[in-house]
Amino acid sequence: MSKMIDINNVNKWYGEFQVLTDCTTSVSKGEVVVVCGPSGSGKSTLIKCVNALEPFQKGEIIVDGISVGDPKTDLPKLRSRVGMVFQHFELFPHLSITDNLAIAQMKVLGRGREEAMDKGLKLLDRVGLKAHAAKFPGQLSGGQQQRVAIARALAMDPIAMLFDEPTSALDPEMINEVLDVMTELAQEGMTMMCVTHEMGFARRVAHRVIFMDKGHIVEDCAKDEFFGNIDARSERARQFLSKILQH
Amino acid sequence: MALDFSQILPTLPSLIDGMTLTLKLLVMAVAGGVGLGTLLALARLSSNNMLAFAAKFYVNYFRSIPLLLVISWFYLAVPILLYWITGNLTPVGAFTSCLVAFVMFEAAYFSEIVRAGIQAIPKGQLNAAYALGMTYSQAMRLVILPQAFRKMTPLLLQQSIILFQDTSLVYAVGLMDFLNTARSKGDIVGLPHEFLLFAGAVYFVISFSASQVVKRLQKRLAV
Repeated sequence: MSKMIDINNVNKWYGEFQVLTDCTTSVSKGEVVVVCGPSGSGKSTLIKCVNALEPFQKGEIIVDGISVGDPKTDLPKLRSRVGMVFQHFELFPHLSITDNLAIAQMKVLGRGREEAMDKGLKLLDRVGLKAHAAKFPGQLSGGQQQRVAIARALAMDPIAMLFDEPTSALDPEMINEVLDVMTELAQEGMTMMCVTHEMGFARRVAHRVIFMDKGHIVEDCAKDEFFGNIDARSERARQFLSKILQH
Repeated sequence: MALDFSQILPTLPSLIDGMTLTLKLLVMAVAGGVGLGTLLALARLSSNNMLAFAAKFYVNYFRSIPLLLVISWFYLAVPILLYWITGNLTPVGAFTSCLVAFVMFEAAYFSEIVRAGIQAIPKGQLNAAYALGMTYSQAMRLVILPQAFRKMTPLLLQQSIILFQDTSLVYAVGLMDFLNTARSKGDIVGLPHEFLLFAGAVYFVISFSASQVVKRLQKRLAV
């Protein structure tokens, strides 16, 4: 399998404080990688480095053959090809759901209004929200908003999807509707990098699991190895898993 | 002393002309001031230090000098500036030089409102716009500013009401706005008190009712 995202020795500092230390990993085409770890471990920062929402000072990240850190890289173009879903959805509150889905298709990809609307409605149907097309984000529940956000990212025909804690801001009963959409996406072969605490999702869907702590990638192994052979895991990962798997 | 308001009615046409000038100046100054103010706010928030410093200096400078001074100064300066730029003497009316003065002066105040409005939009919105492949200018135009302006509308209107009252300072360069018209008509007719009282009542009614509308709008936008 060819590498879609290649992260090589990435280091990042906020002033004196080092948030990422020698992070090296990769995501192959069609692979689903779950990144977990305690809060403050740098997992969200790492995923934001992949589409240059966060700059990094050392190392390199290659996405589909293009270097993210290279000053010559056309970042808007690169970002338009990588979908991202955020913890707080970040739908545009002043636009209707259909406009949320269409605006970047039209303004970034140059699609016509009709084509963009068509595509948006199809994806909205796919996440089960076609009936809400004319509403505004504020009128939807958190789970519904996050499904719209996923549809909005998919409308750009991304080569990979980044998920930054997509269910952390949701009420428990809404988590599954979002995870279901993500699971379906994974089964269709989408390349996915997901920062999440949902270990059930990781068990069911992920190919690989990365565990981070204090800016280091501590574990990076196949899912069965990660969950099946807990004794072989680092002390820190075992502690984390024992806490998170109790419920 | 008995007050005699009967002479106001016959002068109403010129008073209306004066009010038309006041409102024309107001609308154009608000449009120009918000436009220039937005550019100043973007410059101040820019990562380019030179640009940010220049905008900051501009805003602090204009907020530290009296409006009357700016009006008088631009009345003298605009023709000279135009002469430097175009190379020939073009007569500039008092209205144009006042408009330039108001736009430049009010932009400093509007820019502070716009800046606060932009900063009130969560950082995640900018990230989401970027993640969809938008450039900085697209993100601002399509995502950040429309939301910021919605939040700022009451404050911008409040500032515009203050500006409505401040337009009366154009008397300094002889422009016949509403107040100046009322004053001169009162002097001519020999009833200055009545005309000034009437002018005060008109300013009060317009400003006060506009404030009430803004308050209601603020409540509706807050939901």
